Amino acid sequence: MSRRWHRPDERPVTNSGGPVSGRFAALDRRPVNRDGLAREDPELGLVAMRSPADPEPALELGPDGRVAAMDGRQRERFDVIDRMIADHGLDLEVAPEAMALEDGELARRIVDPGVPRAEVTRLVAGITPAKLAAVVRLLRPVEIQMAIAKMRVRRTPSIQAHVTNRLDDPLLIAADAATAVAFGFRELETTVPVLEDAPSNAVALLIGSQVAAPGALTQCSVEEAMELELGMRGLTTYAETVSLYGTEQVFVDGDDTPWSKAFLCSAYASRGLKMRVTSGGGAEVLMGAAEGCSMLYLESRCVSLARAIGAQGVQNGGIDGASVVGAVPDGMRELLAENLMVMLRDLESCSGNDTLVSESDIRRTAHTVPLLLAGSDFLFSGFGSITRYDNMFGPSNFNGDDLDDYLVLQRDWGVDGGLRPAAEEEVLAVRERAARAAQAVYRRLALADYDEAHVEAVVTAHGSKEVPVEDPLAVLEAATAVQRRPITALEIVAALAEEGFAEEAERVLAMIRERLKGDYLQTAAIFDEDMRVLSKVTDPNDYAGPGTGYEPDPGRRREIASVRQAISVREVRAEQELAAATLHLVEGPPAAAGSNPREVCIGLSPAAGRGIWTTLSGLSVRDALREIEAGLEEEGCEARLIRVRSTVDLGLVGLTAARLAGSGIAVGLQGKGTALIHRRDLVPLANLELYSVAPLIDREMYRTLGINAGRHAKGVVTVPAKNPYTEEAITARYHTRALALVAIERERSEPSPPNELTRAAS
Amino acid sequence: MTLRARSGRPVEEITVERVVAGELTAEDLRVHPDTLRAQAEVAAAHGNPQLAANLRRAAEMTALSDERLLAIYEALRPGRSTRAELLAIVAELEESGAATTAAMVREAIAGGAERGLLADP
Repeated sequence: MSRRWHRPDERPVTNSGGPVSGRFAALDRRPVNRDGLAREDPELGLVAMRSPADPEPALELGPDGRVAAMDGRQRERFDVIDRMIADHGLDLEVAPEAMALEDGELARRIVDPGVPRAEVTRLVAGITPAKLAAVVRLLRPVEIQMAIAKMRVRRTPSIQAHVTNRLDDPLLIAADAATAVAFGFRELETTVPVLEDAPSNAVALLIGSQVAAPGALTQCSVEEAMELELGMRGLTTYAETVSLYGTEQVFVDGDDTPWSKAFLCSAYASRGLKMRVTSGGGAEVLMGAAEGCSMLYLESRCVSLARAIGAQGVQNGGIDGASVVGAVPDGMRELLAENLMVMLRDLESCSGNDTLVSESDIRRTAHTVPLLLAGSDFLFSGFGSITRYDNMFGPSNFNGDDLDDYLVLQRDWGVDGGLRPAAEEEVLAVRERAARAAQAVYRRLALADYDEAHVEAVVTAHGSKEVPVEDPLAVLEAATAVQRRPITALEIVAALAEEGFAEEAERVLAMIRERLKGDYLQTAAIFDEDMRVLSKVTDPNDYAGPGTGYEPDPGRRREIASVRQAISVREVRAEQELAAATLHLVEGPPAAAGSNPREVCIGLSPAAGRGIWTTLSGLSVRDALREIEAGLEEEGCEARLIRVRSTVDLGLVGLTAARLAGSGIAVGLQGKGTALIHRRDLVPLANLELYSVAPLIDREMYRTLGINAGRHAKGVVTVPAKNPYTEEAITARYHTRALALVAIERERSEPSPPNELTRAAS
Repeated sequence: MTLRARSGRPVEEITVERVVAGELTAEDLRVHPDTLRAQAEVAAAHGNPQLAANLRRAAEMTALSDERLLAIYEALRPGRSTRAELLAIVAELEESGAATTAAMVREAIAGGAERGLLADP
């Protein structure tokens, strides 16, 4: 192996370019090493928490009572963002008090559960963007979590889903929307690979969203004006794609000004539509105009601007730029801090986690878990409820194939991540209902005609690759028709009702009725499945330390706990009973000591072949016994079955049997398949050979066990069998089943002497 | 207080039967400005004067048609409108009683002029 050396800081590599070290070669293959990590570069704004260009917090009021200078800029030099924040975003009555507070003191009040949430929001309303960033910068990750638990607006956490597909197939969108709601998502966001398809996607999402339960909000993320238009027609029920940026240059490049955005906010509200704005670190760096500022400071400006223009909430936590933030030191911390800043401004947080930030499962999970534990108004601003390739936003940090992982994470920590287990039959049923509802509406309104085979493919599909494309122009034509006529929510409601989808018609109309009431325009509003509005007004976060704040109620706890993989001892017992016919053992008289030196006992645990018939490897107890007996026979030994009743401990089972064996040697066998060889003069835990990893013991190993036991009986040297080795999480996989089997063993044990055991004639 | 749609129709009358019978129009699906003003008061009482102001502007903007709403939004985007064009919008808004919305457009004119975001006449 030859080496070449370049610069002193370069690693030694082989001619083929790989590392010399086997250890490093293995590390190189790890997924985390496909992530592009960046060295900090403050000039470019490639820095998370603090840059030399971040201004010192300052606020100066002029004689006219207006802000004369803010964060190092005089009014004459204000950019459009400064101006909007200075003129509308700050509580100038509180400002002198709040700006005078030392950063550390304000940081402590934010974290301290003894300081009420309302006192914190009162003070934060009076601080400038630079001050907000300076204070949040002082918080360590766990303190950010504490602050989030206290400062998020809504008491009950919730979660948003992405529902999209490569084809913009309306039946698939409807079915996936229904699936998402079945799993508990309360906001559904779609978007398009083809912009012109948007109206069709909005219609399909609206229909599908109301199938499994009432009240999920829907959104179609497209260009600002089109998104508004779809909303005005009742085809969506909230909006989110109203982007804010932290520098003037990028803001204008985004084709808006703070005033056009403020107008847009009011425009949505004027039609009774909920909306939030979107920002998120990394966007300004990606657009090459971060003005040398840190991501945290620029995001503080966005969040402060959101409050200034009167938006009720913010989607941030990286979003499109999440991976850029993740590339620099403290990046994940910055993303979490972004969410907190929104909450501190007393706004709804729709908390990111919607971009796959790493190829590494460890790293992407580590990004999401801190927020999951703390709780947020929306834990994801798009959990990809569909499979990765169908996510037209790009893969989310968690996706459809991660649903079970997420459900188990909720259960592990006893936290409400907003989702619930859904059974396969239930999901198939709502998918079919949603696909048929969409099919019927598209037919009734002459938008498109999807046949039965298409419905069937959609219902069972994992993703759009399993859905046929009968007519490549069908979606575009449907979308064009929706736009041209134009179709409104009224036509959808009528078509649903006329096609026999009365419940869905009522639910879609209920969403319209709600926009006439306006209660869901308040901060952090969602509908629960009984159409109650949960918001800052009706469900305010009341966390004030341990024992306070949101806790899943007993019903919700059961729901979180009831993942489909969970098994009970009762189920394991029933499963064992199914194999009862494989072996009939007859309990004989109390066993006496044997005298044949070739006699080897096989000591069976209390439940082996009597309550337990299948070992953890899936092999039957019968076959395990047969192999052991065959091994003994090969060595010319005689097997004698003994039931040991008084103990579940395998060492004692083996030793008890060994003391009854003419040879003084015995095999001990537990129902779950664990086995050992024992000798009568040893202490219980000091056996001759132990086959401890029951799930991996196969026929051949039981045969070897029998052979070795026979050789021990004959006094011949034996090569001890090696325990099988595995890299798998063997205990995670089998411990639940193992403990259930031990419980069965325990039930069958009794303080009686060992007895003879024979096979019933079968 | 009976909640009504902008058309004056009570919210309870928004039923599937009426939709199917073709009795409802787009106006029945629009929020009433009084509802938005009431929500503005709730927002203010809950410590968010900015959200309250937004909802008050929204109440004013219920008077605008969908087309007009989209057109004014477009006019406010960078480099789209001259000062005179935006002043015409201000006048239009003031005439329709949309005083706070008009004031915001005035701010957009002042701020936009200072930062070079208005179209050249």
